[in-house]
Amino acid sequence: MELPIYLDNNATTPLDPRVLEAMLPYFTNKFGNAASRNHAFGWVAEEGVDYAREQVAKLIGCTEKEIIFTSGATEADNLAIKGVFEMYADKGNHIITATTEHKAVLDTCKHLEKQGARVTYLNVKEDGLIDLAELEAAMTPETILVTIMYGNNEIGVIQPIKEISAIAHKHGALFFTDATQAVGKIPVDVNADGIDLMAFSAHKMYGPKGVGALYVRRKNPRVKVTSQMDGGGHERGMRSGTLNVPGIVGLGKACELCRLEMDEEAKRLSALRDKLESALTQLEESYVNGNVQHRLPHVANISFKYVEGEGLMMAMKDLAVSSGSACTSASLEPSYVLKSLGLSDDLAHSSIRFGLGRFTTEEEVDYAIENTKKAVNHLRDLSPLWEMFKEGIDLSKIEWAEH
Amino acid sequence: MAYSEKVIDHYTNPRNVGTLNKDNKNVGTGLVGAPECGDVMRLQIEVDENNMITDAKFKTFGCGSAIASSSLATEWLKGKSIDEALAIDNMDLVEELALPPVKIHCSVLAEDAIKSAINDYRVKNGMEALELPKSHH
Repeated sequence: MELPIYLDNNATTPLDPRVLEAMLPYFTNKFGNAASRNHAFGWVAEEGVDYAREQVAKLIGCTEKEIIFTSGATEADNLAIKGVFEMYADKGNHIITATTEHKAVLDTCKHLEKQGARVTYLNVKEDGLIDLAELEAAMTPETILVTIMYGNNEIGVIQPIKEISAIAHKHGALFFTDATQAVGKIPVDVNADGIDLMAFSAHKMYGPKGVGALYVRRKNPRVKVTSQMDGGGHERGMRSGTLNVPGIVGLGKACELCRLEMDEEAKRLSALRDKLESALTQLEESYVNGNVQHRLPHVANISFKYVEGEGLMMAMKDLAVSSGSACTSASLEPSYVLKSLGLSDDLAHSSIRFGLGRFTTEEEVDYAIENTKKAVNHLRDLSPLWEMFKEGIDLSKIEWAEH
Repeated sequence: MAYSEKVIDHYTNPRNVGTLNKDNKNVGTGLVGAPECGDVMRLQIEVDENNMITDAKFKTFGCGSAIASSSLATEWLKGKSIDEALAIDNMDLVEELALPPVKIHCSVLAEDAIKSAINDYRVKNGMEALELPKSHH
């Protein structure tokens, strides 16, 4: 077993060697521009792209023509939200989203607010799921778009996508979902789920960085977005720019592998995740964040009370994980996602996210359990708060010197 | 951002972790920070009849830099008089530990903890409390 152990697969995943193998020829002898129509170099590149488009479409249950390749999920989020806002300006200016969305969605919405959009930010319940009745109540005749993520990047909860899309459609709005964490990990079918637009990215599913896609529905209804970049009119005019052929081929291969191996992988990962979680919650005063029924198979987000996340990660030096705490002078604010669940700031500061992946082994999980337990105990030995808790002092009654 | 070797050393082998009896007259206790802000330091000094610091202990809830700052502070406090200890400046800790700018607040908190512990001792022993400048982080 090699150290350190990578358990941050929600941030990015390693490239699957089979994906790399598929990509390599497109860096060298198959280097052509997929838009070159008049010679074999262009045709070969175009074939690679067309095949990738099929592989991607097959994974999410759409047709090839509904896939727009982008540089990643952030670009796809921007294209979907800004593109719909501009294209459907005649119909209305209201967008509904949620407070736990990724920054690529939230900041895009904030940007549009300056341009006349009205945005409703739905709160989530303490398990991280939105309240469908609140969504229903927020819908207006001016609502053009509902944008709610599929699976959350920090806590892994899966939103009730079918129900959300049904509410959006009932009121004549489109439904967009940032499915970056879900596609390739759990079955996602744009028709069964009622999705009109969907963003996702290759590097979260063992593909390369710098490539992603936006699904744009062509039938029932036919959805259009205005392009956000001017140029050669690639990707049905919605996304100009020479296609990243090796990246797209890699995304295609990554999608194919996920489609074929998802069931088995999800089973294996959720068993490992459950093992990790049940071992770590045996530690006193540790809590799992987010709904435990409706969530991605590979994510565990746990708060270890009375220790600070960043300090804890330093003790888990053989583990690459992430924390909801950011202790810098620029931002003493802990994770906004955890705070949206109603977690107090001190519990949010105490959280660690474990993201398992295709290459995580049981041996690694066992090591992670022991390493984490040791680290939590080490930090609690150093923690004045733990000592006070053990003495029965109510920490909420202490007048802290706020700074 | 990588931590400096000195931060890692103090974090891995923290000096003077522990608790002194805060009710003893010769013990001064400083508790600074807040759990919501992600760091709380408790620093304690034991002082002899000549106002010399004979022992120092700490416990800290916070990041590695906060733990290292308080660990180093306890090392520096031992053997100093309480007046000499007042001269410890947060920038000395920053320099010794090579803290990056985003972690300077950890050293400020350690300086606050030192001053607060000395003040607690002074008040307990009939001395005037010092006017401490309000910390600025």
